Amino acid sequence: MITARLLVGLVRLLVGAHGRWLGCEPKPVQRIYFANHSSHLDTLALWAALPPLLRQRTRPVAARDYWGKGGLRGFIAEHGFRAVYIERDRERREGDPLEPLCAALAAGDSLILFPEGTRSPDPLPQPFKAGLYHLARRHPQAELVAVYLDTLHRAMPKGSLLPVPLTCMVRFGRALQLAEGEDKESFLQRAHAAVVELA
Amino acid sequence: MSLQQKFWTVMGAVLALLLVASLVGWVLSLRARSDSSREVIANLNARIGAWWWMVAILCVCFLLGRVATLMLFALASFFALREFLTLTPARRGDHLPLVLCFYLAIPLQYWLIGIDWYGLFAICIPVYGFLLLPAVTALGGDTESFLERTTKIQWGLMLTVYCISYAPALLLLHVPGYEGQNLLLLLYLLLVVQISDVLQYVFGKLFGRHQLAPSVSPSKTVEGLVGGGLSAVAVGAGLWWITPFSLWGSAGMSLLIVVAGFLGGLALSAVKRSLGAKDWGQLIDGHGGMLDRLDSVSFAAPVFFHVVRYALM
Repeated sequence: MITARLLVGLVRLLVGAHGRWLGCEPKPVQRIYFANHSSHLDTLALWAALPPLLRQRTRPVAARDYWGKGGLRGFIAEHGFRAVYIERDRERREGDPLEPLCAALAAGDSLILFPEGTRSPDPLPQPFKAGLYHLARRHPQAELVAVYLDTLHRAMPKGSLLPVPLTCMVRFGRALQLAEGEDKESFLQRAHAAVVELA
Repeated sequence: MSLQQKFWTVMGAVLALLLVASLVGWVLSLRARSDSSREVIANLNARIGAWWWMVAILCVCFLLGRVATLMLFALASFFALREFLTLTPARRGDHLPLVLCFYLAIPLQYWLIGIDWYGLFAICIPVYGFLLLPAVTALGGDTESFLERTTKIQWGLMLTVYCISYAPALLLLHVPGYEGQNLLLLLYLLLVVQISDVLQYVFGKLFGRHQLAPSVSPSKTVEGLVGGGLSAVAVGAGLWWITPFSLWGSAGMSLLIVVAGFLGGLALSAVKRSLGAKDWGQLIDGHGGMLDRLDSVSFAAPVFFHVVRYALM
């Protein structure tokens, strides 16, 4: 609890992370927030931009190879934002990689997901991976909310160790739903467009 | 009167004024009929609310002393620089120089004031920073609009760190016969600058007819500048008893502060426009960002500091 508060304070000091609710309201319903990914600060910024009540029930999906290696980073992920780890390395996967995410959703938590799977050097996101589609299919009750994070690709570009304090605006867009019989490609394109239109 | 008595007398007057302003704002908000007037009054009340915060912070500063004051201004520089650089597009190669600005230049500048090292404080950023930053940027190897990028970083650093640090640097002046009272000089500077801003806004809203520089800042009018500026000079002259100046000296100093502050507001409005923004940020409710409040201070503080130093030391 204390760790989480300190973390939010630090993130606010460094990058502001002000939330703007453009397409939906900050309501306590189950959601999967999906956003563009350009820096290691993204996870923290989006999570910190949520109002405290929503933040308590929202868990960011974090790569095990970066956030799950213990140390300070591991501590922040475990005790700060309660990460749901995902295994990116195909070699080390056992069974269904989405299993931990589904478990978190089944427990009633909301998720923060970066469907590109890796950081992009550009302000606009790369094509999305399929994970978002599979989650949408398996958990139709969760609202899918598009989010755009600006500035952070400049604040902490790939390969840098220290973040430069720049104000980041977190724009929450409209909620999507998987349409009946919609195929994977067109859904992922639609989701991608929903993020891009907030940029 | 002792330092304490002078400070609290001035603060008492400011608090009384704020109380009146808050009351007026409240009555106006009850009487507003049209949407546009409601909007103007909501903005006015947000400004008054922000003023309460600024006064509270000044009091905390005064009660906690020199180190707290320096830390507070360092934080103000930090937020101002953050705003400035957020509006300034930077490339990957600017990362290291930006890191140096935030994590080296800000602490160093305020630490130099803290240890009373005037010689280095006055040249550190304009000489060493000026030369080091473009060199470090060049090491990054990216020549795409190199001059524009370095210029913007230099501008941001000079304005938000160097210039603003001159306000708390007033604490390191050793004016004969005024020892230990320098916090009053800081209070004097901030009051005259901010009252000038407020009065220019009020006079402009009430009597403004002729725009001064419509393409730069539509809210600045000749009537606002003259009416607000002269009133601020009168207030500043009336505060001569908290300064080391005579009555006329204080009027002259206030005039200097008002003019420098006005020019700062004007120049920074132009910078803001050229970066394509209306406000620097949303840090202070109703006031835009930190730089929207400190634009005039950033120009007035260095000029005031050096004129006082030249005239009295």
